[in-house]
Amino acid sequence: MLVIHCPFCGPRNESEFINGGPAREKRADNPNAYADADWIDYLIEAPNPLGPVTEKWWHVMGCSMWFSIQRNTLTHEILDYANKTHD
Amino acid sequence: MQNYSVFSLARNALSNHQNWRQAWRSPPLKKHYDVLIIGAGGHGLATAYYLAKNHGIQNVAVLEKGWLGGGNIARNTVTIRSNYMRDESIPFYVKSLELYEKLSQELNYNLMYSKRGMIDVVQTYPKLRELKRRMLAMHLHGSTYEPIGVSELRRRISPLTGGDLESRLPIIGGMVHTDAAVCRHDAVAWGYARGADDRGVEIHQNTGVQKLLRGSDGSITGVVTDRGKITANKVALSVSGHTTTVAETIGLRLPLRTFNLTAFVSEPLKPLIDVIVNCPDLGVYLSQSDKGELVIGGAPDSGQSFRRDIKQNVFEESVRSMLELFPSFKRVKLLRQWGGALDIAHDATPIISKTDIPGLFVSAGWWGGFKAIPAGGLTLAHLIANNEQHPLSEPFSLKRFDHLDFVLEPATTAH
Repeated sequence: MLVIHCPFCGPRNESEFINGGPAREKRADNPNAYADADWIDYLIEAPNPLGPVTEKWWHVMGCSMWFSIQRNTLTHEILDYANKTHD
Repeated sequence: MQNYSVFSLARNALSNHQNWRQAWRSPPLKKHYDVLIIGAGGHGLATAYYLAKNHGIQNVAVLEKGWLGGGNIARNTVTIRSNYMRDESIPFYVKSLELYEKLSQELNYNLMYSKRGMIDVVQTYPKLRELKRRMLAMHLHGSTYEPIGVSELRRRISPLTGGDLESRLPIIGGMVHTDAAVCRHDAVAWGYARGADDRGVEIHQNTGVQKLLRGSDGSITGVVTDRGKITANKVALSVSGHTTTVAETIGLRLPLRTFNLTAFVSEPLKPLIDVIVNCPDLGVYLSQSDKGELVIGGAPDSGQSFRRDIKQNVFEESVRSMLELFPSFKRVKLLRQWGGALDIAHDATPIISKTDIPGLFVSAGWWGGFKAIPAGGLTLAHLIANNEQHPLSEPFSLKRFDHLDFVLEPATTAH
């Protein structure tokens, strides 16, 4: 089990969190400005590295905060504790 | 090929079983093949077999980084079923079951196939409605699914003593899928490997692919392995969880993410359960192997993962769920656990497809791909040989993403 450092609550068990998938670029304010192919690419493609990935977690059984951490997908080592919170 | 029969067994007994031929060769690596298949797992070997058998393409090499059948074909729960929801999926899995049923005879290899059926234990009304809808869709395509009552359910699965009216989720009914079966997973890989080898396919173990190569016209030209460069007219990727890792080496992006799915077995028990039991509301399923071990599987771990082990919280959740319905298993000891890295597509439906790179084919997104091995190999071989989709795998093309035309299949996992 991972011990995830919530920026508000500190180190907590993984079972208190829901994984929100890999962090991506912010959704464009105006999707119509995208070419169709680029927009579809944005919707369906996600990083899948064999190594560090920046991913979002939701502290659903705690303070409800969304934040991202960097975690190695092979070793599950957390490389960078919560550094960025999401609204 | 040396035929396996009661006579060959008797003949070899006379020489103390010292003279059995090896089931497949280990030939020297050539510089060029017509078709290269990356990954000697179930799908890769089945594809090679059907390429040689159905399409007469024999100058084929299967490249495997580790050992043959050491990936997800050794890391599953051997369930073969076709209780899917969508018109796109059901015929594909019905075909796969049909091929599995005759596979032992076809490959002359004992797969220990056992058509024992599967029973879904239903505990919520929304799930019951969904399964009844699935039943109607399945009947259209010749698959079997029938409702049964609670007392009949408890009669067929005697250790199912939990889930009474006082419990958190009382059992309200069941669904029986009589087509479901189990078989020996390693034998599927070995049988296909032996059959493919007999038809001229070369299998190269310990040959890891480092990089895919493209020519000046943009099409695939071969691969770089740790044993040197190999050229090929066509290359097929069937590497499960590492599809994106290999595809990245040629700049190809695919809508796949890699997850860890796990299972574990108990100590051997006396014969107790003669069907596959699936509990979709709790997210756990189990069957009893021929050795008597309970084979128990749960849900995939939620974050991306390339690991092949099991996390304590995932394991505890599966055990807790199982004990709600099977309280008598509380003192059963668990023997082994394993996990596999599998890739899941954006819409959770598999991908059998051409790619943007001419000559490069991909078979990926197999979330529960063991049951799909014969049909997956058959259709991918058809695609490689004819450069056009087999009707059964047409819906699984990458083209579906061009128009966000997803195949949203709720029955991909056991729950």
